[in-house]
This record gives sequence, C-alpha cells and structure tokens, in this order.
Amino acid sequence: MNPAVLLVGLVFIPLVAALVAVILPVRFRRPVALLGALAWPLLLVPLSIAVARDQTLTLVFGGWTPPLGIGWRLDALGLVLLWVHALAGIAALPGAWHRFGPKVVAAAPFWPLWLILSTGVNAALLAADLFNLYVSLELTTLAAVALIATDDGIAALTAAMRYLLLGVLGSLMYVLGVGLVYAQTGSLAMDQADAAAIRDVALVLMLTGLMVKAAIFPLHVWLPHAYGNAPGPVAAIMSAVVGKVALVALWRIWFQTAADPPDLLADLLGLVGAVAIVYGALAAYMQPRLKMVIAWSSISQFGFLMLLLPLASQTAFQGAGFHLLAHGLAKAAMFLAAANIVTVLGSDSIRHLPGLDKRMPLEAFTLALGGVTLIGLPPSGGFTGKWMLLTAAWEQQGWFWLVLIALSGLMSAAYVFRILALTCFHPARRAVHELHARPPKITSLAALLLALLAVIIGLYPHPALELLGRGLPGGAS
Amino acid sequence: MAPWLAQALPPAVVLVSTLAALVIFVAGEAHQRLRIWVNLIAATIKLLLVVWIGLAVLAGNTFMFRFELLPGLELILHADALSILFASLSAVLWLVTTVYAIAYLERSPNRARFFGFFSLCVSATMGIAMAGNLMTLFIFYELLTLTTWPLVVHNGTPEALAAGRSYLRYTLTGGVVLLVAMAWLYGLAGNVEFTPGGFLAPLVAEHRIALSVIFAMLVAGFGIKAALIPLHGWLPKAMVAPAPVSALLHAVAVVKAGAFGIIRTVEDVYGLELVAELGMRIPLIAVAAWTIIIGSLLALREHELKRRLAYSTVSQVSYIVLGIAVGGLLATSGGMVHLVHQGLMKVTLFFCAGIYGLLLGVSRIDQLDGLGRRMPWVSTAFTIAALGMIGVPPVVGFVSKWYLASGALAADVPWVVGVLIASALLNAAYFLPLIRRLWLTEGGALAEMPIEIGALSRLALVASAVATAALTVVLGMLAAHPLSPLSWVLEIASGYAPW
Repeated sequence: MNPAVLLVGLVFIPLVAALVAVILPVRFRRPVALLGALAWPLLLVPLSIAVARDQTLTLVFGGWTPPLGIGWRLDALGLVLLWVHALAGIAALPGAWHRFGPKVVAAAPFWPLWLILSTGVNAALLAADLFNLYVSLELTTLAAVALIATDDGIAALTAAMRYLLLGVLGSLMYVLGVGLVYAQTGSLAMDQADAAAIRDVALVLMLTGLMVKAAIFPLHVWLPHAYGNAPGPVAAIMSAVVGKVALVALWRIWFQTAADPPDLLADLLGLVGAVAIVYGALAAYMQPRLKMVIAWSSISQFGFLMLLLPLASQTAFQGAGFHLLAHGLAKAAMFLAAANIVTVLGSDSIRHLPGLDKRMPLEAFTLALGGVTLIGLPPSGGFTGKWMLLTAAWEQQGWFWLVLIALSGLMSAAYVFRILALTCFHPARRAVHELHARPPKITSLAALLLALLAVIIGLYPHPALELLGRGLPGGAS
Repeated sequence: MAPWLAQALPPAVVLVSTLAALVIFVAGEAHQRLRIWVNLIAATIKLLLVVWIGLAVLAGNTFMFRFELLPGLELILHADALSILFASLSAVLWLVTTVYAIAYLERSPNRARFFGFFSLCVSATMGIAMAGNLMTLFIFYELLTLTTWPLVVHNGTPEALAAGRSYLRYTLTGGVVLLVAMAWLYGLAGNVEFTPGGFLAPLVAEHRIALSVIFAMLVAGFGIKAALIPLHGWLPKAMVAPAPVSALLHAVAVVKAGAFGIIRTVEDVYGLELVAELGMRIPLIAVAAWTIIIGSLLALREHELKRRLAYSTVSQVSYIVLGIAVGGLLATSGGMVHLVHQGLMKVTLFFCAGIYGLLLGVSRIDQLDGLGRRMPWVSTAFTIAALGMIGVPPVVGFVSKWYLASGALAADVPWVVGVLIASALLNAAYFLPLIRRLWLTEGGALAEMPIEIGALSRLALVASAVATAALTVVLGMLAAHPLSPLSWVLEIASGYAPW
C-alpha cells in the first residue's frame, strides 16, 4: 500500500469525528472528540517512517495531477509541525476534558470545533497548491476564532472579534495575491508557479496576508489578546501550531520564489523579525498578567523564524525548523500551566504569583522548564535551534544576525526570570484571596511532560535535524 | 579498567548529585531526615568516585564519555589531571559545606528547594571540571548560572532579589559573549577537544585578528564569573545570600568555574605560546595584576565582614589567572594550586563569618572585638585562614605565593613579584586588624541571637570550620607529599609549561 494514502486520515479522521460529534447529543460529544483527537496522531508513526525513507509523500486526488487536480504533500517540515500539533493537542486534552464537561454550556460547540481546528491545521500543512492552502487556513482561522469565544468572558469575545476581522483581512490579501498568480501563470501548484512572474505585487500580497495570520510584527495586534484570553487548552494549541501553520506556508511560498542570493526584500523581512524579537520581549517584560507575558513572548519568538529568510541556508532552516518544534512544545506547556493557575487562583495577574511554587510546584516547574527553552539555554531544544541559527549566521558572515540571535536570549531571560522571581522568591508571599478547586493532577503532569520534552529534544535532536537537513521548505534546494 | 567503566564514571560523577537533587525535590519540605541522609550519602559517593577516578588517572587510565549533541558537536566528559584537581576540590568542599549548611539552615524555611539547587549546582560544577571540549564546558557553565540563581535569591528579601538580578545580568551577558565566541571558534576550527598546548596554532597565520578577538571574548566571558575587575560587580552584592551559598560562590563552584574556564582556554584551547604570540599574554598578566591590587584596595574600604571577604576573593582568584598567564612550570603550578588553596582558606573564612553572624548577629568588622575568647575554636580557624591569605607559612597560601613569585622571576617578569609583595601587604592591611580585634581588643558583651540551635548543629558548624582550617595547615606542611595538591599540580604543569 502506498503510505501516502494515510494522509487522507490526517484530515478526514478529525473531520468525520467532528461531524459525528455534531450529530450526537451533547453528552456524547466529549468522548467522541477524544477518540478522534487521539486517533489521527497514530498515523504519524507509519508516516514518519515513510517520510524518513522516501523524503516526501504526494497524494493526488482522482488521478488528476497538478496543475489541474488537487494534491497533498507531506514533507519534513510538515511532519515536524504535525508532531508538534499531535503532542501539544494530546497534552491539552486533559485540561480540555476537565474544563468542558457535559454540564458546561460551551462544551457543545467546543468539542466539534476542536476537531475542526485539527482538520484545518493538518490540511494546511499538507496543502500542495495555493488555493487548497487558502481554504485550509480559512477553516483554521474560523475554528480558532470560535474556540477563543468559548471562554465565558467579554474579553475573550472582544479578542475573538478582533482576530476574526484581522484574520479575514489577511485572507483577503492572500487570496487576492493567489488570484494574481493564477491570472499570470495559469497554475496554482506551489512547485510549478513561475518564480519570476509572481515575484511582485502578488508575492507581497500573499506574504502580507500570511504575516497577519502568523502574527508577525507589526501585524501581530490580534495575538496577545487572543492568546491571553482564550481558554487554556485553546491558547496552548494555538500558540503551538495555529500561527505557525501560516508561517510554514510563508516559508514555502518564499523559497519557491526567493531570489538567490537573498535580496533586499529578504533582509527587510529579516529586519522586521529583528524588531519583533526586541519589541515582543520588551512588551512581555511589562505585562501585568501571566498569560499575556507568554503571549507576547510568542511575538518575540516568531521574529526568530523570520530570520530564516535572509539567512536562507540549510543550516538556518534546520535551526528555524527546530526552533519551531521546541518553541511549540514549550509554549503549549506554559499555557497549559498558566491555565491551571487561572483555574486555581481565579486570575493570572502576576500580583498573585508570589508563593505559588508552594501550592502548585508542578506548574512552577513547568514554567521554569519552558522558560529555559525560550531563553535558549543549553541543554534544551531552544538552544539547539539557536545554535544552528548562530552557525548559519556565522557561515554567511552575517554579523548583525549573529549578535542579534545571541542577544535575544538575554531579552527572553528578562521576562522569564521576572516571572520566576515573582513566583518563587518574592518577599510578599501574600495569602491568595480564594483558592478554587484544583484541576486533576494529570493536567499538571501533561504540561510538565510537554515542557520536559522541549528540553529533552535538545539532548537528542538528531532525527528532527536529519529530516530538516534534506532541503529547504517547499522543495527548493 | 573495563571500557564501560571508563565511559560511565565521568557522567556518574556528574549525575550523582542530580539524582540527589531529584530525590530532594520530590520528597519535599517535610522529610528532613531523608534529605539529610540523601545529601550526605550523595556527597560521600561523589567524593569516593572522584578519588577512584583520580587514582586511576594516576595509574595511567583514561576516562572518556562522548555523546553527539548535534551533528559535528559533541558532549565530552573526560578526566585528565586538571579535571581531577577541580573535581576533588569541589567534592571535598561539597561534603563539608553540606554538613555546614544542614546545621546552618536547621530552622529556616524552604530547605528542600535550597538543598535541591545546591546539589544541582555541584552537578554543574562537576560537569565543568570533567568537560572535554568548550561546548561541554559552556553547557555546564550556563547550567551553573541557572542553578545558583535560586540560591542567591533564597532569602527572598528585596536586597536578595536585587542581588539575583545583578547576578543574572552579569552572568547571562557573560554567557552570550561566550556563545558568540564559541560559534565563531567552532566555525573556524570545527569540533575540537581540549588538547594540552592548544589546537589553534595552525590557524594563526590566516586568522590572527579573529583569534585575538575570540580570546578576549572567552576571557571576558569566563572573567565575569572569575570576577576580574571591572566585571566583578555581582560578587559583593551576592553576599546577601546565606553563608553556605557564599561558600559555594567563593570557594566551591562559581568563581572557580570562571577561573577554571580561563585555565582551559589558555592551556587547552590556545596554548600559552599562542597566547603570547597573539600579544595577549602581557595584557592578561596586567588584568590579573590590576584585579589583585584593586580588589585588595576595595576590600580595605569595606566595613562589612562578608563584603570585605568578597573583595578579598576578587583579588585572590586573580592569582590563578596570574600564574597561568605568567607561565612556566613554577608559576603555572602556583596559579593552579591556588585554585585549591584559595578554596580551602576562603571556605573557612566564610564558615566562620557565617557562624559569627548566625550565633551573635555579627556583620560589621567592629563587632568582632573580643570574640576570640568567646569563640576560641571558630576564631582560631578564622585566624589561620586569614594568615594563610596573607601568605604566612606554613599555611597553604604561602605555598601558592612562593611558587608564583619564583615563577615570575623564572619567566622574566620581575615586576609581577612587586605586585605579589604589594598584594601581601594589602592582605595584611585588611586581615590583621580583624585578627587584632578578635584577640587583642576587649569586646562589649554581645547578646546571643534569639534563635534556637541544637548542640549537634552547633558542633557541626564549628567542626566544619575547624576541619577546613586544619586542612589548610596540613596541606601546607605536607606540600611535598606525592598526593598533595602541589605535587599533583606540578605534574599537570610539567605537561603544559612551554618554557
């Protein structure tokens, strides 16, 4: 059997589970969704073996090959992100299970939406043509918007609304660019678009649209509120993959069309990333709420991923891809821990953090481990990514990038240690007003395991690096 | 020795205390007895392992553990004579400091956290000692930063938090400088292990300037922990931490890690000949000499006991750098052996200062009046260590200084002898008044601090201080013994000394 057939399962298992869940009465939705969410990651095992052997898997529907037919393609980058999606998603399940029980009103829409989000993310990662990608990204955005709104609070609703408006704006720009490409080349397949022909307005439109969806500075405005107010499991899965799916698409389109050697546009986008790193870290340092700190940190860390465009080498891609992996795991873990803190304290204001290490040691430990990865201290996954990017910068004598990457760790350290100092060592270990019921221990352990994984991959990065070392995203070499 | 043992022992030395830390963290605050036993047993096992490896190295065995961290980037733990020097110092002092800390913190809160991180710290230090290449050294160096920070801010007072911020600012910046320097060096030279005499000589024709800049960055990066002036600002501030932490910072781990990094850079990455050829040797000697003198002058200015000791560390640790930079068999030995000697003396001084502070609330120097009669054992220990710092025989400090001075003459930098004499005078100027106050001045009756401390704990505190003080004298008198640090170091230095 051709292993590419399994790609169908990645998209259709969550989709079918979502449909079944919608039909069933509310109290059955949760178990069905759980099954669906646990089933599709199983496919990753044979798929990983196949990708490790055959490089990329391609599936073409109905015998029509591109440019006419619709195709899916799974490459190394897609596989890495699918793993992040699977791991972060599974780790988020205990918290979601606990929070969206059958008696909760929001549980009725939550579980189908959760599966739809997975469908969209997986489809976007597999998309081999520009329009297919557009549809998948739309599905992802809409599901994410609705999931944010399942939090019962006016802030979440506002954040969801803002995300919706900006997301739609981004989609419009992207689809406009796709239209131009189609008009010029008559093809939508990513690897067949004529590079020279679309390297103009169309490219800028598509990139801008994707940058909105990936929350790349200065188009990040929706992100802090969306992540900061979404329910914990949603914030976790969004920070782990949803923004990154758009970024992966951006990389793929970029490297299909990129000039060699990197031109002014690449440097410009790299500079945008540099500003994002600094600005995001500064903002994270000043936030009054824990989840907002973690959310702003994402903006800073996404800036890193833009550095791939000017560096544009295999080593840089390994570094950026690995950063994607480590950051996704660490960030999801931190949001899950933060979610538990909100559940227990009823707030995540950092004024309430002092003394928390006594009452919630596992959460404090998760935040610390995740923080170590964010700073990029060895031996953690964050360090591996940073080291590869540093090496890439050195290879190209890109001194500016080298110093920037090295210094960025210090900026991350500022906001991470601020949180840790407050949590564990602050003199005013004030008694917190009221403690709510503690979520079951498995939610804490899931977050901790995810954070540990983010560190452990730094000790054994070989499989991921080997996969990422086989060519640039989008199949360009 | 079985090959698997030769591979397993270096990581085992590192992991013993990591394991202890895990048990301590998981057991939590309540299980005090378990914690004490785990601490003591782990410290003893570690010491035995280090002794075992040390004897095996002496018998000509090699130890090597390799693990590919990234393609072309290895984590290497090995054991050469220099590793053993640092590892045995840390292992011995860890055992003593653990005993001291258990007694010192008998009634204070958050002990599980304290001892957990304390053990992790020692893990990181062992990793630094056993590191077989720059990358491994760097990894454990950063881990050391990470694990000492919770100890520095342990008290949770605003001053402690400020000290912690300052500590992080300095050390993480140092880490960044090291990271850039290493990325550069790996780009130039590839994945290379520590080699006595250095491995960069073939590159010098092509990359002279780059190698000089990298050298300066490496020295600066390690110099932050070694508290080279003007990179020393964090050390006096960190004095707000509990006394066992000061001992750890000053004697067992942190400043020593910085000095050790500089030793590895000079001897095993560049080689002193190359350093001299790059024109970096004289500046390095100058920085060390400057730190020795200025550190002593700053110590003279302080009226807080622990702060004066801190500046004394700034000054004394630079002896190590000085000896390495001067080079030659004698000076290199003098510098390296001071790693051990300074550790023993300084740990004694901090133990004593901690006891004075804990039992009598003494923090200022003018409160020392008449304490000699009140606490004869502690004050005797303090006096011995202080005299050793000045360089009075037969305490170990004399041995270091003797070798440094004769090495300076042999290496044809006679002005260094002037620095050493000036430093000895300054040491006398800031330590002798303390000794005079202890023994010759009548003191007011200081009230005992209102804390309860058991007789056993009191005994443990005093015994730790007396034991390390006794060791400074015994090692000073037995310096010629074949297993003394000095003989060990002479053996190491004869492998390095280019002239």
